Amino acid sequence: MSNTTVKPEQGSKLSLRAGKLPKGATWMVAIGSIIVAIVLGMLMTGGFNIPLIALLAGVLNFIVLYAWSRTVEGKRKATDRVATTLVTSSFVIALIPLISLLWMTLVRGGPVILESPTVLSRTMEGMKGIYDQDYVAGEGELLGGFYHSIIGTVLITLAACIISIPIGVFTAIYLVEYAGRNTLGKAITFLVDVMTGIPSIVAGLFAFALFGTFLTLVDPGGIGSAKMGISAAVALSVLMVPIVVRNTEEILRLVPMDLREATYALGVPKWKTIVRIVLPTAISGILSGITIAIARVIGETAPIMVTAGFARNLNWDLFGGWMSTLPTFIYDSQMRPTSPGVAAAASSDRAWAAALVLIVLVMVLNLIARLLAKYLAPKGAR
Amino acid sequence: MSKQIEIKDLDIYYGSFRAVEGVSMLIEPRTVTALIGPSGCGKSTVLRSLNRMHEVIPGAYVDGSVMMDGQDIYGAGVDPVNVRRQVGMVFQRANPFPTMSIKENVLAGVRLNNQRISRKDADDLAERALRGANLWEEVKDRLDLPGSGLSGGQQQRLCIARAIAVQPEVILMDEPCSALDPISTLAIEDLIAELKNEYTVVIVTHNMQQAARVSDRTGFFNIAGTGKPGKLIEYNDTEIIFSNPEKDDTQNYVSGRFG
Repeated sequence: MSNTTVKPEQGSKLSLRAGKLPKGATWMVAIGSIIVAIVLGMLMTGGFNIPLIALLAGVLNFIVLYAWSRTVEGKRKATDRVATTLVTSSFVIALIPLISLLWMTLVRGGPVILESPTVLSRTMEGMKGIYDQDYVAGEGELLGGFYHSIIGTVLITLAACIISIPIGVFTAIYLVEYAGRNTLGKAITFLVDVMTGIPSIVAGLFAFALFGTFLTLVDPGGIGSAKMGISAAVALSVLMVPIVVRNTEEILRLVPMDLREATYALGVPKWKTIVRIVLPTAISGILSGITIAIARVIGETAPIMVTAGFARNLNWDLFGGWMSTLPTFIYDSQMRPTSPGVAAAASSDRAWAAALVLIVLVMVLNLIARLLAKYLAPKGAR
Repeated sequence: MSKQIEIKDLDIYYGSFRAVEGVSMLIEPRTVTALIGPSGCGKSTVLRSLNRMHEVIPGAYVDGSVMMDGQDIYGAGVDPVNVRRQVGMVFQRANPFPTMSIKENVLAGVRLNNQRISRKDADDLAERALRGANLWEEVKDRLDLPGSGLSGGQQQRLCIARAIAVQPEVILMDEPCSALDPISTLAIEDLIAELKNEYTVVIVTHNMQQAARVSDRTGFFNIAGTGKPGKLIEYNDTEIIFSNPEKDDTQNYVSGRFG
């Protein structure tokens, strides 16, 4: 017998080999498409039209990659490349608004904070249009600021957390550990679902009406004093509770039944099983759920406007007087600038700076939650 | 410290479904009793009814009685938590607490039951329990590392250590070796033989050689068909069950002719 091995033809049934595009082909095609698209776009419009170029690049990339892959690699891999490209482009498209938003805020708000850091420490108390006109004319520094709004945001959100986190977490514990499939459990789940869909301004009106009703019982003319920080906190809680319940419930359901059985078998009562085993196991997930809820409500504008009003001065008292938060400050600055005309740019500058601070606040919160989650997560699990 | 268990005419229900019917058996202290039978025949349910763990599933209840040294664990006013403190359990899948270290896992039963325990006593107890579970030598240098970092067999022995640390009277094991390799299985089987000196052990197993190796008495369960309740077919000394059983069903099962 000769020991020559049969060398199967490429593409024949015996061969395990298949044609393959060179490494980095995807990138080469993508970059090539972009360059060609830029040239084409310039020829067609004579200018630098970004949307047109992006569209052209996308279509070109698709066609070239598919055709090339189809001829070299065959139908199956070509389809795979098309699917991969689709998924990746969707991701990029989804990122565009997010990144442009962050970029815009950074570009508009960043310089304001760097040049006039006093916006962080001043309030709008005693602010007059004439100061803004001086600033825009280049004859004075940027006065005014949103220190009062930062404090308002922190205080109101903190109060909302104190109200809604215990309610939310305990409700979730009831639903997962005690309710089973009973009627009360089903009713709560249904109501939580309904609550998730409440428009935020309705939550604000509800909180205002609630406090207004109580206050008119004491003082018939006192409905106006229902505009205070705590009403805003209650309004935000109405929005937060369903999110906290939903997230916590899902995380608690992920805790293996095995663990609960293991503790029951040691003769540990149910409440202690929940407190010492179930909650610690789920704590990182619960925390990130809470962070999502906070991030969701910290930027609410409508419910704050109808409950806490628009304060220009610093107010530390949640239980008396109007308060300002960053979102209402931004809204107020844009809609009712301190100075009319050209000098409204000063109000706009302050609004962008406030927006940047708000975004940073949310990011810091997220970061803290991530660190906490990492620190508290069960260790050594593989 | 070990108790006699007497099961009398026990029917176990999950809601309206009768899972097990008419089980009566007497389990002597300081013995190993194996429950064998095909899947779904109710042997795990019977085992779990011995420390009322089946009640974790909503709608589960029993009819009949289970006497532990003359006390009915289903009697009026009996707290299942107190029953479980005397009847420990080891599960099919090792389930150490992921948030706890090896030592904390062993001491979990004591700590969670609010017993104040000094540092020295805790160390002693942890060592005794881990020695009892033949795990001490392997983990003595890493007691403060997470329990979930151990191998499957070690995790299962950690769970046994955790169960014996609360000093129960009875230890129930629900297929403790079904997820383990032969070496780890051997370690657990040796351990069962030692546990017999102090505890009443009841074990559910699908492995008939294992039942033959470790147990003194064996109960064979079977069902007539899907949806029918499981029944105790024969309960006898292990030797008799595996060599010369009274019932044909038992003979067929242990000789591998069905199931």
